[in-house]
Amino acid sequence: MIPGPFAYHRPKSVAEAVTMLADLGPEARPLAGGHSLIPMMKLRLAVPEHLVDLGWLSELKGVKADGNDIVIGAMTTQHELIADATLAAKLPIIRETALVIADPQVRYIGTIGGNVANGDPGNDMPALMLCLGASYQIAGKGGQRRVPARDFYEGAYMTALSQGEMVTAVRIPVPPAGHGYAYEKLKRKVGDYATAAAAVILTMAQGTVTTCSIGLTNLAETPLWAEDAAKAVIGTSLDAAAVKKAATAAEAIANPASDNRGPAAYRKKMAGVMTARALQRAKSRAK
Amino acid sequence: MAKSPINLKVNGKTVEALVEPRTLLIHFLREQLNLTGPHIGCDTSHCGACTVDLDGKSVKSCTMFAVQADGGDVLTIEGMAAADGTLHALQEGFREMHGLQCGFCTPGMIVRAHRLLKENPNPSEDEVRQGISGNLCRCTGYQNIVKAIQYAAAKLSGGALKEAAE
Repeated sequence: MIPGPFAYHRPKSVAEAVTMLADLGPEARPLAGGHSLIPMMKLRLAVPEHLVDLGWLSELKGVKADGNDIVIGAMTTQHELIADATLAAKLPIIRETALVIADPQVRYIGTIGGNVANGDPGNDMPALMLCLGASYQIAGKGGQRRVPARDFYEGAYMTALSQGEMVTAVRIPVPPAGHGYAYEKLKRKVGDYATAAAAVILTMAQGTVTTCSIGLTNLAETPLWAEDAAKAVIGTSLDAAAVKKAATAAEAIANPASDNRGPAAYRKKMAGVMTARALQRAKSRAK
Repeated sequence: MAKSPINLKVNGKTVEALVEPRTLLIHFLREQLNLTGPHIGCDTSHCGACTVDLDGKSVKSCTMFAVQADGGDVLTIEGMAAADGTLHALQEGFREMHGLQCGFCTPGMIVRAHRLLKENPNPSEDEVRQGISGNLCRCTGYQNIVKAIQYAAAKLSGGALKEAAE
C-alpha cells in the first residue's frame, strides 16, 4: 500500500514547527512516530497534503524532574520510557503501561506525545494520564497553554487541540512515595488494543485507602476517569465488598462498542474485572 | 511532488538517493536498492517481516518513510554475514536449529534478534519470546526460532552450544 502524495517539511525548532502547521493550514499534520498516522495514510483514510516531521526536534525528547512534577517530552518513545531510571523510581506505572503497548518495534518509534494527542480511544496512555492527573503542554503559533488531560478528550479523535497546535510535553505530578499502582490490560494478542483496561494509583495508611484514582481505556469514545469507582474504595481496606462496588461503578460508566474483541456487554463486564484486578494489585504494592 | 534528497548508510555503504516523500523505507530498500531480504508481509505493521535495524533500533520499514531514515544507519539481512560469506551466529543458529520452514519471516526475525541480543546478550526463553513478539511466523515455527536465537546468544557470548533440536 502506498500513501497519497504529500510535501515533507522538517522544522528545526518547535517555534518553526507550529508556524509551519499554522501557515500550511488544515491539510498539514504533524508527524511524530507515525505508527497511527502512516497506516491511516496507507489505507488513504488520511490524505494530508503536508507532513511536518517532529522527529528531528531534540528539544521534544527526554524525561526530567521539575519540582514535584515529571515532565516528559512529546517525542520521547515508549522504548525510552521503559528504560528511564527516573520513571522506574518515581512513576513505575508508566513502564508497566508502555510495556503492554504494541510490540518492541513499534515501541522503539511510537511516542508518548503521539499516543496522548491522537485522541484514539484504543491508546493506553490517555487513561493513565487521566488517572495520574497529568496535563499537556500545548504550543501553537500564538503561544503556549496547558490543558489538564481530564479536559483534553472530547470524542474519538477529537481533542482540545486547535488547528495548528501540537502537544510538546506531558507534565505528571509524582504520586507520594509508597503509592500502589497497576495497569491491567485485557487483550487478545500482542499488539492489540485493549478489550478493556484499567489504570489505578492509590495510597494507603494503616491498611486503609487514603487516595485513589482510576482511568479506563477503550471503553468509550474517550478515555474515562472513573471517579465513582475510586470513591467507592477510599476509606475502605479494599475488602471484597469495596472492590466489587468499584467494579460495578466502573461498569456503569463503560460504554464500549461491540467489535471483534467481544460484544458490548462482555466488554462492559471486563471494565469491572480489570478495575478489580488493578485495585488488588495496586494494594499489594502499596507501602 | 518534489523529490527529497536522502543520504544514509545501508549495510555499511553510503547511499545517496532521491525519493518521493511518500516512499516507504521498505519500498526504497527493495525497489531502489534491490535489497529484497526485508519482506512485505502484512503491510500493516503487525507481522515484522519488514524489520530492519535503524540507528540501533528495530523498526518496521513498512511503517516509516525513507525520508525519516535520512542520515541514519540501516542494517538489513543482507548486511549480517561477514564480507567473506561467513554466516553471522544468528544465521548459523537458524540453520543449525531448523529455525525456518518457509523462510518468509526469517530476515525480519534475524535482524530483530540481532538488536535483542545487543541489548540483552543472554536472554531467557521468556525474554526471547517477548523480544520477538512483534514478528509473526506464518508456519508457527516459534519453538525452533527461539532455540536458534539461544544458539546465537550462546555462541556470541562464548558459551557452550546447545544440542541441536530433536
